Amino acid sequence: MGAIFFWIGMALLPLIGFASDSTSFDYYMFMGQSMLIYAIAVLGLNLLIGFNGQISLGHSAFFALGAYTTAILMGFAGVPYWATIPVAAAVCFMAGLLFGFPALKLEGHYLALATFTLAIAMPQLLKYKAIAGWTGGVGGLLLDKPDPPAWTGLSPDQFLYYLCLGIAALLFWLVRNLLRGRSGLALMAVRDHAMAASTMGIDLAGTKTIAFGISAGITGVAGALSAITVAYVAPDSFTLQLSISFLVGLVVGGIASLPGCLVGGAFIVLVQNSAQSISDWMKDTFALRYDVPAWAIYGVLLLALMYVLPAGIAGGAARLRLFVSTRIWGASK
Amino acid sequence: MKELTRRTVLAGTAGLLAAPAIGAGKYSPGASDTEIRIGQTMPYSGNASAYGVNGRAHAAYFRMVNEQGGINGRKITLVSLDDAYSPPKTVELARQLVERDQVLFLFAPLGTQCNTAIHKYMNQKKVPQLFVATGASKWGDPEHFPWTMGWQPDYRTEGVIYAKHIKQTVKNPKIAILRQNDDMGNDYVGGFKEQIAAFKGALPEASIVADATYEGTDPTVDSQILQLKNSGANVFFNVTTPKFAAQAIKKAAEIGWRPVHYLVNVAASVGAVIRPAGFENAQGIITAQYIKDITDPAWEGYPDFQAWKAWMDKYNSAASPMESATATGYAAAFTVVQVLKQCGDDLTRENVMRQAANLRNLEVPMLLPGIRINTSPTDFYPIKSVRLAHIEGEHWTIFGDMISRDDA
Repeated sequence: MGAIFFWIGMALLPLIGFASDSTSFDYYMFMGQSMLIYAIAVLGLNLLIGFNGQISLGHSAFFALGAYTTAILMGFAGVPYWATIPVAAAVCFMAGLLFGFPALKLEGHYLALATFTLAIAMPQLLKYKAIAGWTGGVGGLLLDKPDPPAWTGLSPDQFLYYLCLGIAALLFWLVRNLLRGRSGLALMAVRDHAMAASTMGIDLAGTKTIAFGISAGITGVAGALSAITVAYVAPDSFTLQLSISFLVGLVVGGIASLPGCLVGGAFIVLVQNSAQSISDWMKDTFALRYDVPAWAIYGVLLLALMYVLPAGIAGGAARLRLFVSTRIWGASK
Repeated sequence: MKELTRRTVLAGTAGLLAAPAIGAGKYSPGASDTEIRIGQTMPYSGNASAYGVNGRAHAAYFRMVNEQGGINGRKITLVSLDDAYSPPKTVELARQLVERDQVLFLFAPLGTQCNTAIHKYMNQKKVPQLFVATGASKWGDPEHFPWTMGWQPDYRTEGVIYAKHIKQTVKNPKIAILRQNDDMGNDYVGGFKEQIAAFKGALPEASIVADATYEGTDPTVDSQILQLKNSGANVFFNVTTPKFAAQAIKKAAEIGWRPVHYLVNVAASVGAVIRPAGFENAQGIITAQYIKDITDPAWEGYPDFQAWKAWMDKYNSAASPMESATATGYAAAFTVVQVLKQCGDDLTRENVMRQAANLRNLEVPMLLPGIRINTSPTDFYPIKSVRLAHIEGEHWTIFGDMISRDDA
C-alpha cells in the first residue's frame, strides 16, 4: 500500500515544473532520472547478492553492455529509443546466463574475483579496434536525445523522468512478484542453505544461473536508460568504480530490501555530489590552504553511516519503526 | 562564497538602486552589474588528477583580477567542479552549471573525452564552451559547433610538424610510435601519418616500423619500450601523458636505446616528466612548445615571466613552481579575461562568442615570444604556432623558427 503512494508521489514530482518557472528544474529532473537508473541497477544487483547470495563486482560490465546495445541500435540502425530497451534487457540476460554457467563452479569470494575481471576487462574490450567501428572506440558514441511526443506537453527531461519512473516501477513490481512466488523462495533457499535447498528438490545450478541472468538483464535496462538520458556512451564511463558504486548503493540502502534499492540509487547520486560541496565548504569556512579531497569525505561519510546503520538505511528505518511501535506506542497502551 | 560583510551588502544595495538608472548592461544568465559567473569541469580526483593544477591556476588568476577591481567593475566567480575525468560525470556537472548554477559560459573544461560528451549539449543550449583544455583538432569547427572553441595548438598539426622535422633532419628514419589509446593519441598519430603519406614516398610509409599502444589505466609501458627497441627503430615518436612519458624515457635509457626522440607537448613538463625520468636520460629530446619553460632561467629577464612569478608567490603558492600547467593556466585565464574586457557591458553569451572570435594579435603572457593569438568567425584555433625545443641540461632550449598551423 505504502509502495503505491510512493510511486504516485514520484509521478507527481515533475508537475512542480509547470508551477515553478525555475530554469534549473530540468536539471533536477535529470538528477531524478539518474537516481532512478541507479536504483534499477542496484535492484538488479540486490536480486543477485541480497536474495540469492552470489556476489558480483562485474555489474558495471552488464550496465555497459545495455548502454552500448541501446547506443548502437539507436545510432546505426535508427531503432527508436523505447524499442532498444527490451533488446538491451535480452542481450544482458543472455550475457548473464552465459557468464553464470562457468561462474557456477565458483563460490563466494571466488565468484567476486571472477566478476571483478569482467569489470576490469569491459572498458578495454569496448576500445578493441576490430569493433571500434560500432562502439566508436575510445571516443564513444554521441546520441540524439529523444523528443517527447508533442501531445504530452512535457519538456524532454520531464518526459525522460517519466520513462525512467515507468520502467523502474514496472521492474520493482516484477521483482516483488518474483520474490513472493515459488521462484523467490527458491532463490532465498539457495542463499540460506544450498544443501538443504537441493534436498528439497531445487535445481541449484539452474536457479543460480537464471538469477544471474535476470540480475544482469535488469542492470542492462539501467544501462540502456543511462545511454538514452545522458545521450553519450564511452568506455571509461563503465569502470570498476561504477560496480563499486552499485555495491555501495546496495549496502547503504540495505541488502535484500526493495525500498533499499531506491534509497541506494538516491545515495549514489546525492552523496557523491555533496562530498564535493562539503569539501568546498570546509575549504572556505576554515580558510584551508589545500583542498580537502572529496573522496576522503565520501569515505568518512560511508564509514559513519555503516557504523550507525549497519543494516543500511532501509534496515535502520525498519529498526526505528520497530523501536517506535514497541517502546513508545507499546508503552502508552 | 565569501562571508557577507557590511560593505558588500552596501555595495549590493547601491548596485540595486543604481541599476535601473544605468540600465547599461545587456546580460545573459550568470552576468550582472556586479558579477560574472563562469563554470568549469576539472579532474581534481581520479587518474588524471595531475591536470587539476590548471583549474587551481585559473581560480588563482581570477582572485588576482578580482582584487584588482574585477573586469569593468564586475567580479569573476569561477565554479570549478571535479568530474574525475569521467565523461558521464562531466555531462551531469555541465548540466548543473548551466541549468542550476546559471553560469554565463564554461571556461576551459578539461579532457578530450569529457568535452566530447558535452559538445552537442553546449551547442544545443547555446552556451559557450570556451577555450577547452584539450588539443583535439575537432574544437575548431565553427560551422557545425559555433559555441565551442579550443585554445592550445591542436595535436594533429603538432604531429604534422614532427613528421616534417624527421624528413628534414633524419637520414633513413625508422620510426617507432608509442601512443595512448584514446582520441589524443589517435589525433597526434593521425596527423603524423597523414603527413608521411603526403610526402608521397619521399619518406616511405614503411619507415614506421612499430606502432605500440597502451591504456591510460596501465601501470607501466616497459614492455612496449622493449618491443619498440627490438623493431630496430632510430626515431621514437612518444605520444604519452606525463606519467608514461617519464617511464618511457627512463626505460629507453635503461636498455640503452638512444633514438632521435620526439615527445609530444602535453607531456613536455620538466617538473612532471623530465626531472623524474632523469635529466641525463632526456638530453636531446625534441618537443614543440608554445609556453615558456618556467624552469628555464633564460626567461627570468622577461616582464611577463616576472609578473607570473609574483602571481605564483602571492596567489598560487600552494602549487609547485616546477609545474608547467601553472603557466598554461595563467595564460588561458589571461585570454578569457581579455575576452570579457572586450565584451564591455554586453555580457550576453552571443557577445562572448563574438569577442572570443575577435582576438587580433593578442600578446599573451607566458607564451613564447612571437606567438600571438588570432581568431575570427571562421578561425577557432586561437594558438596556431609552436617552436621546436630540445632538452639541454635541465630545461628546454628553443631552436628553429616559429612554425604555424597554416604552413604546417
